[in-house]
Order: sequence, then C-alpha cells, then structure tokens
Amino acid sequence: MGNLKLTNISKSFGALTVLHDINLSIDDGKFVVFVGPSGCGKSTLLRIIAGLEDITTGEIEISGRDVVHLSPAERKIAMVFQSYALYPHMSVRKNLAFGLENLRFKRDEIEVRINEAARMLAIEPYLDRKPRQLSGGQRQRVAIGRAIVRNPDIFLFDEPLSNLDAALRVQTRAEITKLHRDIKTTMIYVTHDQVEAMTMADQIVVLNSGRIEQVGTPLELFERPKNLFVAGFLGSPRMNMLKATVIGMHDDGMTLDMGYGTTWTTGIEPDTSMIGKAVLAGVRPAHFSVSEQDGLPFVVQYYESLGTETYVYGTLEGQSDQIIIHQAGHFSPAPGSRLKITPLPDRLHVFDPETGLAIPRKAKQRDEAHAFA
Amino acid sequence: MSHGFNPIGFLTRTRRPGRIEITDILSWLWLIAGTLAVLVPVVWAGLSSFKPAAEITRFPPTLLPRTAVETSVQGYEKPLSLWTVTIDGKTREMAMVRRIGLKAQMVDPQSPEAPVSVDVRAMSPVQKLTAATENYTDPLTRFDFLTFLKNSVFVTFVATLLTLIVNAMAAFALSKYRFRGKNAIFVLIISTLMIPLTVVMVPAYLVVVGVGLVDSLWGIIIPTVASPTAVFLLRQYMLTIPDELIEAARVDAASEFRIFWRIILPLTAPALAVLAIFSVLWRWNDFLWPLIVLSSRENFTLQVGLNAFQGEFSVQWHYILAMTFLSLLPVTAVFLFLQKYITTGIAGTGMK
Repeated sequence: MGNLKLTNISKSFGALTVLHDINLSIDDGKFVVFVGPSGCGKSTLLRIIAGLEDITTGEIEISGRDVVHLSPAERKIAMVFQSYALYPHMSVRKNLAFGLENLRFKRDEIEVRINEAARMLAIEPYLDRKPRQLSGGQRQRVAIGRAIVRNPDIFLFDEPLSNLDAALRVQTRAEITKLHRDIKTTMIYVTHDQVEAMTMADQIVVLNSGRIEQVGTPLELFERPKNLFVAGFLGSPRMNMLKATVIGMHDDGMTLDMGYGTTWTTGIEPDTSMIGKAVLAGVRPAHFSVSEQDGLPFVVQYYESLGTETYVYGTLEGQSDQIIIHQAGHFSPAPGSRLKITPLPDRLHVFDPETGLAIPRKAKQRDEAHAFA
Repeated sequence: MSHGFNPIGFLTRTRRPGRIEITDILSWLWLIAGTLAVLVPVVWAGLSSFKPAAEITRFPPTLLPRTAVETSVQGYEKPLSLWTVTIDGKTREMAMVRRIGLKAQMVDPQSPEAPVSVDVRAMSPVQKLTAATENYTDPLTRFDFLTFLKNSVFVTFVATLLTLIVNAMAAFALSKYRFRGKNAIFVLIISTLMIPLTVVMVPAYLVVVGVGLVDSLWGIIIPTVASPTAVFLLRQYMLTIPDELIEAARVDAASEFRIFWRIILPLTAPALAVLAIFSVLWRWNDFLWPLIVLSSRENFTLQVGLNAFQGEFSVQWHYILAMTFLSLLPVTAVFLFLQKYITTGIAGTGMK
C-alpha cells in the first residue's frame, strides 16, 4: 500500500514562497514523475514528501496515515539521491544493511533482503567493495538497492540519472521502469528532463514556479497541454507558437486567420465570444507539412540533419520568432530559401495569450478537422 | 627505470632537468639548515643522556659519550685513572695517584714502584666510548619515574579521547544543524583563541578548587578538553561532508547520535587524526597547568616530575636528559603512526 495525498501544501523559506497550495493525489503502484525547470520546487516537494523538509501549511497522507509530524523513517519511504549519497566508508553490503540495522532487523533477515536486492540489481559481485571502487552506474544501482531492501511504501527518486553519461542514462531509465513493473511499488521520480518524464511515467506532474501546471499521462500532456507552459516544456524541440486571429466559428471548430492570406479551421471547441481575438496557435515541429505551393512563407536559416530526421530552423517571412520544423529523412534546404509550410490542423493547439490557457479541443477533433488554404 | 624508486635520481632532481639553478641551491641550503636546526638538539640530548654526570658539564663540550679509562695498579687499593703523559718529549700512558695543584703524581701501571711528578698541562685523560645506562636505570628504579609515566599516559590518553569526542560533537552541531545563534556561538568559540592561558589561569584554578579537583588528574584533564582550535578544525572539515549523506541516513532510520557516530565520525577521521596528534602533543608536553594543579608527588605527570631533578642548588642534567629523551619516545611513536593523516587532513580541511 503506497498511496499519497497532498492537501494544500505550502512551503516558504522566510519571505520566499517556493510551493503554493499544492494538491495532489497519487494512487498505489503508480510511477509518477515530477518535472519542471530548475527552481520550480519539484525537489522541495519531493523532500517534503520524504520528511526532510518541513511544510509551512498543509497535510500529507501516506497510505491513509497523516505523516506531517513523522520522521522520514516512520513514513516508510525510501529515497535515491542525486549524488547517490552512499556512505563512502562502508562496503556495499554495509550500505544496504545500515537502514535495516537501524530498524533492528535480525541478522539473517538482513542477509536475506540484501541478497534478494543484490540479485535483482545484479550487484552481487560488488557487495564487498567500497563505493569509490564502483562505476557511476554501479553506484546508482547500489543506491536503488539501499532503497529496495527497506521495502518501503513509496520510492522517491531525486534526479537519479543526472550524473550518468547519455548511454548509461538510457539503459538505467529502462532498468528503473522494469524495476517498477517487477515490484509494483509507488515511485515518485523528480527530473528536469522531459524525455525521462515522457518515457517513464504513468503520470506526469508538471511544476512551474511552485505551482502544479498540469497532471496527466504523458500522452495527455503531449496532446492536450492545458497551458502555454506545459505546451512549451514537453516535447523536444519545443512547440512553435504562431500568431493568429479567430475569424469564425462553425460546427467543425474555430477558424483562424494565420496571416499571409491563410486561414485554417481547427478542431477546437467553438466559442463565438472569441471572434476577433488574437490567439497563439501552437504547432509541434513534426506537425507541419512542407510544400512548394500553399501555406505560410518560411525562410530557412539553417538545418540540422541527423540522417534519419532533419530539423529546419527559420522564421516566417517578416517575423523574428524562430520556427522549427521536423522532417523525416535527410532534407537539405538551402539557407535563405523559401518553403511553404502548413500545420496539420488536427494537431493545432490554440492558446489565449492573455491567460496562457489552452482553448479546449473538441473530444473527437481528429476526424472532423479540415485544412483550408 | 620507469618503475621503482631511484634514490639517486630522487635526491639529484632539479627544478629543470639537467640544470642546477639558484632555486635548487637555495632549497638545498634551506632544507639542510632546517634539518640541522631541528635535529642537532635532539641528537645532542640523546647522546648526552648516555654521558656520566661529570662529562655533561665538561668544557669544551663533546659530542660522543665518553668516560675516563681506569685501571687497577698493584699496590693501590682503588682503580686509578689513565692519562696520556708527555715526559721529555716521549708520550706514555700512566695512572694518576693524586693531584696537588699544578702537579700530579703518576705511576707506570706496568712498574708501579716509582711515582713521578708531572705537570698537569702535559697530560690529557685517556677516554673510551661509554654508555652511562645508570642515567636511565637510576630514575626508573630510585625515582618515581614509572608513576609519573603512568600519570602522563593516563592524562594524555583520556584527555585526547575526550577532546576528540567533545569537540567533534560541537563541530557537528555547528556544521550540520541550522539553529538560531549558530554563527554567534561559533564566533564566540573562535574568539576565545585570543585569550591566552596566562589570563585564564587564575580563574580556571579557582574553578578547579571550587569543584574539588585540585591535586587530581581530572583537574588537568577536564579544563583542557574543550578547545576552540579543535572545534574550528573539525567544523571546517565536516562542512565538506555532503548533507545528502546525513539525509540518506535519516531516511535510513538512523538516530541523530547514530548519524554522528556511524557516519560523521568515520568520515572526519583525517581531521580527527590531526587533532589527536595535536592533543597528544599538547597534553604530553603540558607543564604549567599540571604544575599549578598537582601538589602531591604521586600525582605528578612526567613533565612536572622531571622538574624535580632540577633542585635549588644543583641540576641533575644527566637524569633530566635521559628522562627527557625517554619522554620523547611516546609522542614520536604517535606521530609516526598518525603522520600520514596530517597531510591529507590539513589538505582536506580547506575547500573541497
């Protein structure tokens, strides 16, 4: 059992408020990722759940118990730190045993649990080594092992992959996901890397300046970002924002004037009060079609080809905001050349620039939307 | 010779290969002078501790411990001292019977029948190398050296142990906890460095009297335990221990004392070793404070006890030198054992 309920959590350091009224409910067995830019409060929130940081106001419940006044150990959580925080003077075995010894487990029970965790994480050969004799990836696994032996209700990970090199990061990411499938314990994982968030999470919590921006599955957040921040933060390269004006509504959705004599009807919920309003149309780089004849005039600045895919950087004619478009395969437009680009209308996001909020889409917009030239 | 140690190559290294520069010469001069300045007194004390009492005060002073050679001569009860005598341009070894003013009566040990009178300026003593081991054995048997030694070892050991624990606790609190007035307390502790012992000696003695520790070994242990130098040294070192380790231990259900004992203390070992060396040196060599506090002979520490060889009218240098040399050995041993930590410890107490 490891569900978590945060109610009206606020945290201030002196006059500085770092978390504003956080409400969040996490079900047992979920893999939840807290993601956000640095300084957004995600690590603080994790440390509050761990009990390493006091809260200013609010309530925390783990498995139905109020834990606000409990120590980290009493909360039945285990944490993997960014620096791994292995005890450098103890062998791997002692590192794993330390927490159990503190909880006054019997010798043979400790032995059983250590062997079980070591087998699961393939660290058996290193049990008698000191942490400094291990590579980064091995240390990482020992840190996870130290969490596993405690058999906690909730695992907390604080940016555990940020000290690994790129290849190892991908591998360890997969191992953690597999571990979660195997032991089915609730895991809360903090990262600033949206790729980790997208690939690992059952549920993503996007945080920004101490507030939860949106909670949902990776696909929900990707396809229906609630606001400009979430739209910009998830997805790489980031979503392009084009200026547009609402010129009409009908059953298919909202019609936008994109300038340059182009209009589109999108699968956005019609709302007649918005006619005439300036909005931002969000298009992910992959959601443009490129043609010679129709669409928005796009001036190529440069391109980055990865062989299997190409990112083209440029601007709309007469504008200065950079637009990135993604093309499959190798594509080499000459710098300074002009392309016509057309957003896929059923992939268009529309935001109110004043509130930053997304204007909701129709439930089944995919089939209904049509592009107009 | 890419591997292994080449002593000649090591000693003949220069700042730039193949050239001897002014820096090389100066550093050699400096190092040799420094070594001599440190070593000569110790070597002299060591050699002199084997000299008989009369030889120590001899002028001109000699380096090696030597003693006059004596021989027994037929017809004389006591052994006579041998001298090299020059008579009529010939040099002979003769035994001295007695000395009167500038003349000495000498006999030939082989034919002791006819004593001759010799000018003292024409003779010099025959000497041989010796080791006056009685300098060591006498104090060990006749004086209370072993009692003094036992007291000194007790004081040094207990005081060092308490110094390490008490100051490590203070340093732990000052480096790893956030509380109101933390910096003020630290500054207060550090500022006591500016108050010399001579200023606090009288009030400290009054306190020792008040709590009834006069003439007790605890009276010299307890007042010296808390040390601002130690708190500073350990705090600076503990600041370099990452906080995440402590948080990990808290998540691992360790009590605060267990965090201190199992995590902080082992990781502070290099700084603790440095402090242990200092503390042993301070306590072992401490003279003034034990002299003030201790009054009965059976409580004397070694340094106070050695003072007893220095009487009002005579100074028994041969015993003082021998016992001083003995008292150097324990600290030397401690130093040799812990010295590898000094460099790592001092280097580690700065920024990480």
